[in-house]
Parts: sequence; structure tokens; C-alpha cells
Amino acid sequence: MSATIRHLWTPLSTTPLLWLVVTLAAYAGGRWMQRACGGSPFASPVLIAILIVGTIMVSTGTSYDTYFAGAQFIHFLLGPVTVALAVPLAENFALVRRHISSIGLALLAGSLTSVISGVGIVWLLGGSRSVALSMAPKAVTTPIAMAVSHQIGGVPALTASLAILGGILAAIIGRHMLARFQIDDWRAHGLAAGVAGSGIAAAQVAAIDEIGAAFAALGIGLNGLLTALLVPLLAALWR
Amino acid sequence: MPSAMLILVGCQLVGELLRNAFQFPIPGPVIGMFLLAVILGIRANRTGNDRAPPLLKPTAEGLIANMGLLFVPAGVGIVAEAGVIRREWLPIVVAVAGSTILSLLVTALVMHWTLRTPHTSSPDHQGDAS
Repeated sequence: MSATIRHLWTPLSTTPLLWLVVTLAAYAGGRWMQRACGGSPFASPVLIAILIVGTIMVSTGTSYDTYFAGAQFIHFLLGPVTVALAVPLAENFALVRRHISSIGLALLAGSLTSVISGVGIVWLLGGSRSVALSMAPKAVTTPIAMAVSHQIGGVPALTASLAILGGILAAIIGRHMLARFQIDDWRAHGLAAGVAGSGIAAAQVAAIDEIGAAFAALGIGLNGLLTALLVPLLAALWR
Repeated sequence: MPSAMLILVGCQLVGELLRNAFQFPIPGPVIGMFLLAVILGIRANRTGNDRAPPLLKPTAEGLIANMGLLFVPAGVGIVAEAGVIRREWLPIVVAVAGSTILSLLVTALVMHWTLRTPHTSSPDHQGDAS
């Protein structure tokens, strides 16, 4: 029996097609599980898919290079999706014009807080430089976060995981925490979710309030641009 | 769909070329996003319509709606980083939680305060000595 499986597995395991199918199936499974959990942010399809694929890789002794030979076709689309973020950003330009000073100040303050506190806490607790650099861009939308991390010498895979974890945390606690500080304006909720928790937190706000959704989209796009400008400069100073 | 992909990948290519030519420290796709946003902004200004062209919009929104899938290949690379995470789990966990909470709060508070502050330049009757 196991000989038959090995017979089938050995030639399959090296074709790129197998790992493309595994990745798509794991993500579809993650989506299904999130729906089954009533859309809970805990059941992130990305995290579930990473766990499933990771488990299959480790248990079959597959190297990351072999896996990536198949998965690179999906990975390649990170570039075009980053460019595509211009569409929601441009559609909300009118909102930026109307609240330019509020948005500008809040964005700058929130973005700097995220980068400096992330790097600072890692440094204070004795973490390594590469972990600190991977932490710096983690608040922005994952494709931009990974590109910036790669640029400054962080570990893009670590940054991707941190971005997802931060997004889940922001989605879970954001609304209640801000309500406790008497913040009831959805423009503030939306922008904060977009700046601090990118797509995952933004989706949570977008499901509740339409204005919040527009400001969350703005927060994601503008913080992506600002962080991509700011973090490489700050990283160049910190040598 | 082909023309939308052409626009997206074209902007990315121009972004990469600009990055290489001027040694920008910014990722090529981000430069591409900025270019496309500027082009769409100019177009919206000229036509008076904020909506993105129907040629581009469905593909862009479809990609964004399934963005999570695109992180999986890179995210799986975390398996190779398991050693780092085991060694430095404390700074990693505290920094993710701490900086996410601080950034949420600071962004929302600044937004909240600045939106509530009335514009002093507006011709209200606050200065009247009546």
C-alpha cells in the first residue's frame, strides 16, 4: 500500500502543479472554515492556509524551494495587486480633499507610532535586528509590507505573518477599545483600522459602516505609500 | 481582463524601471500604484467622475478581494523561520500587540480630535461681542 503511494507521490511531488493545487485548495479550505465560523477574524483563511501547507510540507519533507517552484505563479500576482490598490485609493480622493489636514495628521502620527513602537519594543526586549526590521512595515497591507521588508533587509515571510497577526488583533479589539475612549466617529474608526490593521481590520469595519469602509480603504492606501517612503529612509539612518 | 492586466503589470514595470533608474528605495509595485493613482486622479478631474474605468475596475477589485491567497506562498516561508520565532517569541509577540494597539489608538484619537476642532477660519459668529 505505502509502496503504491510512494510510487504515485515521488514523481508528483516535484511538479510545480501539485503545489499550486495544494496552495489553492488550502486557501479554499480556509475560506470555507471562516464562513463556517460566521466570518470570525480569528479564522483567517490566510493563516489556516499557511498552517495546512506548512504541515503538508514538513510531513512530506518537501523543501521550500520545491514548494515555491509551484507557488510562484500565485506569488507573482502580489505586484499587480499592489498596483490595483490605486483603484480604491483614487475613488476616495474626494474624501481626502475634504478632510486633508485631519487625515494627514492622523496618518502621519499613526504610521510613525506603528513603526517606532514596533522596532522599539523588539529592540528593548533584546530581539535581533532582522526581526526589528521585519516588524517595521508590518502595519501596512501585506504585499507592500513584504516588499518594504525585502528592501530594508528584513525577512518578508516573517513580515507577512506579523502583518496578518497584527491585522487579526486590530480586527478583534479595535472597535471596543476605541469605544472605550469615547471615539464614536466612523471616519476615525475606519482610518485607524486601515492604518494599524490594513485589510483584515478594514474588512471588519467595512462590514459595519460604509463611511468607515471608505476611510479604511484610504488608510490602507495612504499608509502603504507613506510607509514605503518613510521606512527605507528610517532604516538607512539606523545603521 | 487582458487590458486591465496590461494596465496593472505595465504600471508595475514602469515602477520597477523608475526604481532602477533613480535608485529609489521604494518597491517598484508601490511606485506603480502611485503612478496609477495619479493617472486615475487626473482622469477623474477631467471627466468629473470619481469611479475607475469599467475596463480596470472589475479585475482590480477581483484581485483585491482575493488578496489573501497571494500571501500564502510567501507566508509558508515562515516554516523556514521557525527557529527565529522560537528564539525571539517574546519581543515578536509584545511588539506586534503593543505597536498595533498604540497605532490604532493614536490614529483614531488624532482623527477624532482634529475632526471635532471647529475650523477657526470659517466665518462663524464666535468672535461677536454680543
